[in-house]
Amino acid sequence: MTLSKRIIPCLDVTDGRVVKGINFIDLQDAGDPVEIAKNYNEQGADEITFLDITASSDNRDLILDIIESVAKQIFIPLTVGGGVRSVNDVRRLLNAGADKVSINTSAILNPELVKESSARFGSQCIVVAIDAKRVDDHWEVFTHGGRNKTGLDALEWAKKMVDYGAGELLLTSMDRDGTKSGFDLELTQQISDAVEVPIIASGGVGNLKHLVDGVKLGKADAVLAASIFHFGEFSIKDAKEFMKNNNVEVRL
Amino acid sequence: MIAIVDYGMGNLKSVHNAFKFIAPAIDSVVTSDPKVINNADRVVFPGQGAMPDCIREIEERNLKDAIIHAAQSKPFLGICIGLQLLFEKSDEGNIEGLKILKGNVCRFVSSKTEKIKIPHMGWNSVAHHGNHPLWANISNHEKFYFVHSYYVKEANSEIVQGQTEYGQKFTSAVAKDNLFACQFHPEKSGSAGLQLLKNFTSWTC
Repeated sequence: MTLSKRIIPCLDVTDGRVVKGINFIDLQDAGDPVEIAKNYNEQGADEITFLDITASSDNRDLILDIIESVAKQIFIPLTVGGGVRSVNDVRRLLNAGADKVSINTSAILNPELVKESSARFGSQCIVVAIDAKRVDDHWEVFTHGGRNKTGLDALEWAKKMVDYGAGELLLTSMDRDGTKSGFDLELTQQISDAVEVPIIASGGVGNLKHLVDGVKLGKADAVLAASIFHFGEFSIKDAKEFMKNNNVEVRL
Repeated sequence: MIAIVDYGMGNLKSVHNAFKFIAPAIDSVVTSDPKVINNADRVVFPGQGAMPDCIREIEERNLKDAIIHAAQSKPFLGICIGLQLLFEKSDEGNIEGLKILKGNVCRFVSSKTEKIKIPHMGWNSVAHHGNHPLWANISNHEKFYFVHSYYVKEANSEIVQGQTEYGQKFTSAVAKDNLFACQFHPEKSGSAGLQLLKNFTSWTC
């Protein structure tokens, strides 16, 4: 018996509604984040991540209402990311009931935000999200869905963010994201070996074997996936049973 | 009434939410008022963040006496840092705890043969030691959600109620008389965690 590898479904939320994952069966309201989170919880999700992709600032506060409602009914860890720009944003999300807050672009624009937030609220609730893309013989950090190059080396950036107090890293391969061809295992494994904190692998999951590869070959501590769960292709339970049959410790 | 001790460290709302969910008829409050803690029937002592900050906040809010009194007199549940604070000393900032229990708190380290990730974050199983009432209707080796970098070392074996393996075996739950404390987060451990909190609401010790 040891620590389980985590399976984390990710919900994209905009203007208070879930925009991916509308193909759930048996939901009264398919776009309702609370209903979807409940469904994932019942399937055995180890955590749930909400990514706020709301474009207009007017509707940004809706994520707070969602987190408040979910936290009243679901008692597993909740992570929220997207548009987190200040220590006050972190505070408001935690106060609404988020257990962890994921910081991405703002960590690049203002690394001190990671330092200040982790010093104030503890490393355990600060996740730094890194979007990496292979450039020649190494990986670079990108922003804006892989469009904008930062010039930062992903491995060095990961180490720096851990030094700044990140308690966990959410690593997305922009080469693999949306391709269904599996995680970038080399990237995941190199960063996992380079830092002390847990790594969540993301980007590219197309089947259940990819999840097993992510933890066995990529050395990820957790795997995050969106589409394979959202469209009812596989349930979280299917994923866990498959992993268990492949000798990966999971919570069933 | 259940008092959830607020000393400014982290989000206590999930603990409060969990009690409202499992025991809506029982009044529960988040409080930093020693009088409310003294008058409560049951006290929950959660916590997150760094132990030196926790001790400082407890002292600044004059909560130390009320916490120690509650831990020795009525059903008392420590969670995460709320467990670590009950011990004598922590390596984290080399600080003294509340000294209600004997033992020290130290940081996880990777061994030469096995690298472990720190913090210990995620779901891990808890092996029961004995039949404590708070384990009622919870299977032995049930998994609970953990997130911590420090753990209790050298606790007296008679207070150990649960053990977990992470690089090594460590104490993940302790109990003494009216006190129970766990390193994991029952408020984030799904149905097993809610069962433990429910057991706490009816625990007569």
